[in-house]
Amino acid sequence: MIVAVASGKGGTGKTSVAVNMALSVGKLQFLDCDVEEPNANLLLHSTINKTEPVYVLVPAVDEGLCDLCGKCAEFCQYNAIFVAAQKLTFFSELCHSCGGCTIVCPKNAISEERHRIGVLKYGSVGDLEVVYGELDVGKPMAVPVISEVKEQIRSDRNVIIDSPPGTSCPVIEAVTGSDFCILVTEPTPFGLHDLKITIQVLENMGIPFGVVVNRSGIGDKETYDYCKKKDISILLEIPYQRRIAELYSKGIPFTLQMPEWKRKFQKLFEDIRKLAHK
Amino acid sequence: MKQLTILSGKGGTGKTTITASLAVLTEKAVVADCDVDAPDLHMLLHPEIIKTEEFAGVKLAVVDKEKCTKCGLCREKCRFHAITEDIEVQPISCEGCAVCVIICPVDAISLVERVSGHAYISKTENGFMIHAMLSPGEANSGKLVTLVRQNAKKTAEEQHADFVIIDGPPGIGCPVISSVTGVDAGLVITEPTMSGIHDLERALQLLNYFKVKPFVCINMFDINQENTNRIENFCKESEIEFVGRIPFNPVVTKAMVNGETIVKYAPESDVAGEIARMSKKLLSALNNGSG
Repeated sequence: MIVAVASGKGGTGKTSVAVNMALSVGKLQFLDCDVEEPNANLLLHSTINKTEPVYVLVPAVDEGLCDLCGKCAEFCQYNAIFVAAQKLTFFSELCHSCGGCTIVCPKNAISEERHRIGVLKYGSVGDLEVVYGELDVGKPMAVPVISEVKEQIRSDRNVIIDSPPGTSCPVIEAVTGSDFCILVTEPTPFGLHDLKITIQVLENMGIPFGVVVNRSGIGDKETYDYCKKKDISILLEIPYQRRIAELYSKGIPFTLQMPEWKRKFQKLFEDIRKLAHK
Repeated sequence: MKQLTILSGKGGTGKTTITASLAVLTEKAVVADCDVDAPDLHMLLHPEIIKTEEFAGVKLAVVDKEKCTKCGLCREKCRFHAITEDIEVQPISCEGCAVCVIICPVDAISLVERVSGHAYISKTENGFMIHAMLSPGEANSGKLVTLVRQNAKKTAEEQHADFVIIDGPPGIGCPVISSVTGVDAGLVITEPTMSGIHDLERALQLLNYFKVKPFVCINMFDINQENTNRIENFCKESEIEFVGRIPFNPVVTKAMVNGETIVKYAPESDVAGEIARMSKKLLSALNNGSG
């Protein structure tokens, strides 16, 4: 079973829920797909035993063959190629690696080369296998790094995916193919607003989901009313407690110090299994 | 005119709460919400929309079923796995690159415009607010952020505003890059947690990469005094201007629930006081051209 943990609004506790659930359930693969800010390992403390660069393909122009006809620039939907009278200029940060320029070039002057945009890190802690991606600073495209992390999914294990915040393409990439998605929210107007947008995304994608309310006790009742009205299950509530916040700040998953929570996260996983029919 | 972007790396550190307060405290400012896929600033500033513009992001491939022979070449060449076995285009995966258009031997595929969101120019009690909403699940948020930035700059020029205050998205990827390129300064809001520190470092590297002057503020500093000290020492050693230390106070959430900025809802609170002090420091630093 593949379970993604997403949120819409950032900082609602995705990583905390994903990590505490993984540690409580055990024997699974943990993928951190928040490649812009991969923070799960700051809580998991897995030992990294392998690091691999992530590349995308970008055009490489043979200046001897190029006659500056401009067909590639005209074709490129992302304005990543600019052809002036004397020179072809390429902007790797705008390139989507579609490969179209190599096809349209009448002189076969364009081939492709690898361009590094991030790294993949592999580690383990206890019986958990950990993989996470890290986008290089200054590189805009998170999606190819996320996609590379997801290539590592093992079909013989349960998988937990820590998704990035937001509701746009990196989130789609992270949650695609999941059997179930946990939406972590906080019961505040911001949390609810962004939760509603994320629910639209998941409904469009046809992925079953449920809500975990983090920091319950703060904010208002609107989130609960909304879930009730929409018949969305609230799978778990984690109260706002200074102790939990302090443990998080030190990089300690709270289930390790508050073992009564281990059972609750195990039950959460079992409930999801039923909801996902797995 | 000076432009300041509020960013954080890690989500949920208080960017929007602080941006809204800075907008209220700053005279002659235009405020922009560049978190276009999960915008929240409007819930505190209550903008009245005066102009709406459709945003056409990436185009979408459309297959003419009459012409299509289902040869499968498009499916083979599409690197975004956007074409199904039945030669149907999945809009959620299509990036509008046009490879399928040029590869189709019977010219059955074309690109069409699609509306990926809306951009707004609005008025609030305090002046103009520029914002947008990406349709759920759409790509190209960076391009919509660029549109918001252009609208903000133009509005600021027309209104003779002194400042553009920009609420950035979390992360360091494309929409964040679009939010920080060409601004005079970036204010990184962090929290004293291991994740906050890790993401602060990446946000500072990003600002350095794009040659943007950094400022740092710690929100909820009293959650972990030791980490707060670490961050402040790090700023001192790296010669980064540290501008604010905001305490944890549940009144911030109460203000949010009431749809108000903390500086208006609880002007006497410790949080409002610290944001006001920080605002003065920032504006004078920007005016002195250190941006």
